[in-house]
Amino acid sequence: MTVKVKLFAILRERAGAAEVIKEIKEGSTVADLWAVLQQDYPKLAVPGIRLLYAVNQDYVKPDRVLKNADEVVFVPPVSGG
Amino acid sequence: MFRVTDKPINLQELVDCVTDPEAGAIATFIGTTRNNNEGRKVIALDYEAYPEMAEKELTRLGEEARRKWQVCRMAIVHRVGPVQITEPSVMIAVSAAHREAAFAACRFAIEEIKKTVPIWKKEVYEGGEIWIGTQSGQPLNRS
Repeated sequence: MTVKVKLFAILRERAGAAEVIKEIKEGSTVADLWAVLQQDYPKLAVPGIRLLYAVNQDYVKPDRVLKNADEVVFVPPVSGG
Repeated sequence: MFRVTDKPINLQELVDCVTDPEAGAIATFIGTTRNNNEGRKVIALDYEAYPEMAEKELTRLGEEARRKWQVCRMAIVHRVGPVQITEPSVMIAVSAAHREAAFAACRFAIEEIKKTVPIWKKEVYEGGEIWIGTQSGQPLNRS
């Protein structure tokens, strides 16, 4: 199955991509996907960064199991205002 | 009205949006771009958002404020893209029957925006640029 990963801010810059379509195994979690992505884009591993996780525009915990066509965002520290 | 925009924000538009016959007060907040931060001379800010989710989170934040205080209406607009020194990056307007609720909800909104809404600020300063943020907040609800 495939999921769509959107990258923003520091993660977008470090990956050099704003969107990645990724083939993953059934039963993969958000955390599993993050591990795989960091292999594809080693620069995504920002030392000390605290991420939040969103699936289909809602915050989720990293153990959320992904479904086909989910939109996943790894949310770097927000700083609106 | 809960949205992000790449155009300058118009306060009057927010005030009109929250104007309500039941309201005895409208509180507004304008976040503006400061020319310095932590000893750096700031040239401009550049905001990026995950627009669909940012608007969803702003709406949720408005619902949360309504649960906590007797709010009539609320509007939040956040700018994205480059924002020059002195220019507003965010505006909030809240109407309520009484001023205490309007002030409190307005304060709550700006504090929450800084914690959980997926908007990021890059500071362009003399000699470089840096993404700001420490991720100190917890999402209001997370499944």
